[in-house]
Amino acid sequence: MSLIKTSYGRRSFLKTSALAGGGMVIGFSWLASCKPSPEEIANLPKEWFEINGFLKIGDNGMATIMSPNPEIGQNVKTSMPMIVAEELDIAWNNVIVEQAPLNTKIYTNQLAGGSQSIRQGWDGLRMAGATARHMLKQAAAQKWEVPLEEITTENGVIHHKKSDQSLGYGEVASLAATLEVPKEVALKELDEFSIIGTATRNVDGEKIVTGKPLFGIDQYKEGMLIAMIVHPPAFGMKLKSFDASEVKKMPGIKDVFSIKTYEDGFNKSMFDADAFPELVVVVGNSTWEVMNAKKALKTSWEPFEGYEDVFANFSGDGTFSKSVPAGAENTESHMEKMEELSTKLAKEVRKDGDPEKAFKKAAKIIERSYTAPFLAHNTMEPMNFYADVTADKAVLSGPIQTPEFMEKSVAARIGLPLEKIDLQMTRQGGGFGRRLYGHFVVEAAAISQKMKSPIKLVYTREDDMTFGNYRPAYHARYRAALDENNNIIGFHVRAGGIPESPLFANRFPAGAIDNYLAESWEIASNISVGAFRAPRSNFIAGAEQSFLDEVAEAMGKDPFDFRLELLERATTNPVGEKNDYDAKRYAGVLELVREKSNWSPESTNNTYRGVSAYFCHNSYVANVLEMVMEKETPVVKKVYCAVDCGIVVNPIAATNMVEGGTVDGIGHAMYSGLTFKDGKPIQTNFDRYRMIRHKEAPKEIEVHFVQNKEHPTGLGEPPFPPIMGSLANALYKATGQRHYNQPYITQKKVVS
Amino acid sequence: MPDYKLNINGESHTINVEETTPMLWVLRDHLQFVGTKFGCGIAQCGACTIHIEGVAVRSCQLPVSAVGEQKITTIEGLSEKGDHPVQKAWIEHDVPQCGYCQAGQIMSAASLLNSNPNPTDEDIDEAMNGNICRCGTYTRIKAAIKTAASN
Repeated sequence: MSLIKTSYGRRSFLKTSALAGGGMVIGFSWLASCKPSPEEIANLPKEWFEINGFLKIGDNGMATIMSPNPEIGQNVKTSMPMIVAEELDIAWNNVIVEQAPLNTKIYTNQLAGGSQSIRQGWDGLRMAGATARHMLKQAAAQKWEVPLEEITTENGVIHHKKSDQSLGYGEVASLAATLEVPKEVALKELDEFSIIGTATRNVDGEKIVTGKPLFGIDQYKEGMLIAMIVHPPAFGMKLKSFDASEVKKMPGIKDVFSIKTYEDGFNKSMFDADAFPELVVVVGNSTWEVMNAKKALKTSWEPFEGYEDVFANFSGDGTFSKSVPAGAENTESHMEKMEELSTKLAKEVRKDGDPEKAFKKAAKIIERSYTAPFLAHNTMEPMNFYADVTADKAVLSGPIQTPEFMEKSVAARIGLPLEKIDLQMTRQGGGFGRRLYGHFVVEAAAISQKMKSPIKLVYTREDDMTFGNYRPAYHARYRAALDENNNIIGFHVRAGGIPESPLFANRFPAGAIDNYLAESWEIASNISVGAFRAPRSNFIAGAEQSFLDEVAEAMGKDPFDFRLELLERATTNPVGEKNDYDAKRYAGVLELVREKSNWSPESTNNTYRGVSAYFCHNSYVANVLEMVMEKETPVVKKVYCAVDCGIVVNPIAATNMVEGGTVDGIGHAMYSGLTFKDGKPIQTNFDRYRMIRHKEAPKEIEVHFVQNKEHPTGLGEPPFPPIMGSLANALYKATGQRHYNQPYITQKKVVS
Repeated sequence: MPDYKLNINGESHTINVEETTPMLWVLRDHLQFVGTKFGCGIAQCGACTIHIEGVAVRSCQLPVSAVGEQKITTIEGLSEKGDHPVQKAWIEHDVPQCGYCQAGQIMSAASLLNSNPNPTDEDIDEAMNGNICRCGTYTRIKAAIKTAASN
């Protein structure tokens, strides 16, 4: 048994009721059809007792557990409450899960990003459950007048074996709720876990498959109006004027006006990034009527002058600025500029040994360049938000990954104090980083305030795909120096992008090669970018792992052996001190996937294999991809994945995340890309923007987790980057040709 | 604007909308059947899939005036208690991640099984190719369709 001081994460023990005076609305839920069914109600307790902010115990022994973080499909709404339930020691089928309100005093990190929910939530969630269990035991000890040490629990039942007494949590919940929070509580040993590590199905699964309203876009309220926006058709443009006289007469249209999303002088956070700060808004009774008016609206646009966009940094203690140049940009000139910069000296970020000398004396130098295009996030649920702003308060609700940040932006925009803003999180139809940037939340608030009416703001797919916040366009040039015995003696990466660089200078193979140089460059652009599932890693992993494959081949080595030799060097005698990975765990996933895939570098039965591994967002993933060629088209038959994310909280969902990241990675590397002409995205909907589809998905994905007792880490992002490398490496085997530029299939088939 | 009498999930609904209004918005905005999702508006993603006489149709491109007396089924009406074999298989395989596209996926799958109770892998690929899942749950969807077919 490990004892843990509750002073850590003390805030977890605040009760929501104690804070009710602070303007928070408890239990606000207006997704009416999400109310429990009559059968469910019959089983509900008559009274709930709040033990702490994370959980309530009912008089019948059921528990309501709050899920703190935004649910974007990463399944935290199931896995976070599982951790609380584990330490509470209650049967999972007696647990009801609710989305917690936004209250970072209790729930701390209510943000979906960086695959951090489980990693950062783990200790606090365990503490919340364990403390409640301790207080329930204390209450039973008081009631029975027996020593606390003699009390045990099992699945929601409290036992005192000596006197042969038992009672359910519900019977002492009212007493437990009045007790002082203990100074120290016991956590379960890892081998005592019965919920963590057990496949637990999505708590919203039944609602999803029966079409219940769950998502932001499903919200409806009596009297609610529909709002849509019209934004400039190209990056580099701003609103000049619009003529709404005809449109205002169209059926169902209430008003047409322009808004500035952020007022001049507002101190923006990084999540207020917004390429189109002035918009035309059309408001009406129904979506179809507003869509028709939006199409008929006469607008004119003009080029803007270049400017500096200033943002507060993540912690809010400093600022950074982004240069936004004027002009209409084109993919063709982007490619030329990137190629040009990749041949020039860039900003040195890391240097070990004497790379210049190593390359000078090399017997052989391998040099290759890799590129990838801008990508749109394309969450299946387009951007949307509900807002009801009145003179003295604002109620907002919808899909947002950064609710705490956006609450502040909304408060500033509509001129209400923070405690008058009630911002609720709905289930989100995908995030992938897009919903970190909540301009649409502020737009909804501003529109509702102007209309003096509840409104739901909805983007069309075209609005969504052409609004920006994209994954940047990237370029990486790699060089490897080999000596006369084919040993690697130097490594050089020079990476950049528009407008951000993908470089991680301290990641593998830094630390494994004596003479190492990493350089970085950037090209300013007015095309706005943002975090996209595994930012930067989502390109550099595939580039690096393709390059290492080519180097291994030139050295005459098996691609596994080559990587493992480098990792051995990084383990036993690392170069430099700032190496941002654990070489042993890195090697661990490679070894596991080699074993599970029964690896052989040779092609058998016309099956071609590629390997790759990467570490990002605290988790390690390696994979082997098997490909066949059918009618000159590559078909991914099977992918083997090995993952080290520490303790696996929910195996069925974790496996799903790895499968999904794998499919998504193959899809983006193979098919997707956003290109520009005169500042306009050429792809504006799914007719021209290629997303991976059923036929193109791997026929089989096998996922293996490294079994260990490490602190759990996330899975939203880590499975996504490395698969692009194993895909490229298998494509080479299958077609005889290396693929350097994503998307690998731009037309119908791979050039072979 | 004309009145339209629609047969949705076995019940009659009368609505007054402009004739070009797509069924998607009739369902979502006017009748609050929000299980049918808006994804692209141009019949490219399948999120809005409903059944007309048991056959999968993209409701974002189906004007209300074209429906007539044909029977409309939405995800809400696929089964009375959420126990259609496809829905059960979806739960069994824990298919959804974000879940947004899944109603459309389920409606396409149910339509496939209506006409082809024992589909091959190729049949599944063909029937499901119009339904995009950004989360990448395709392998689970295929497994769930096979489970549903076997039940």
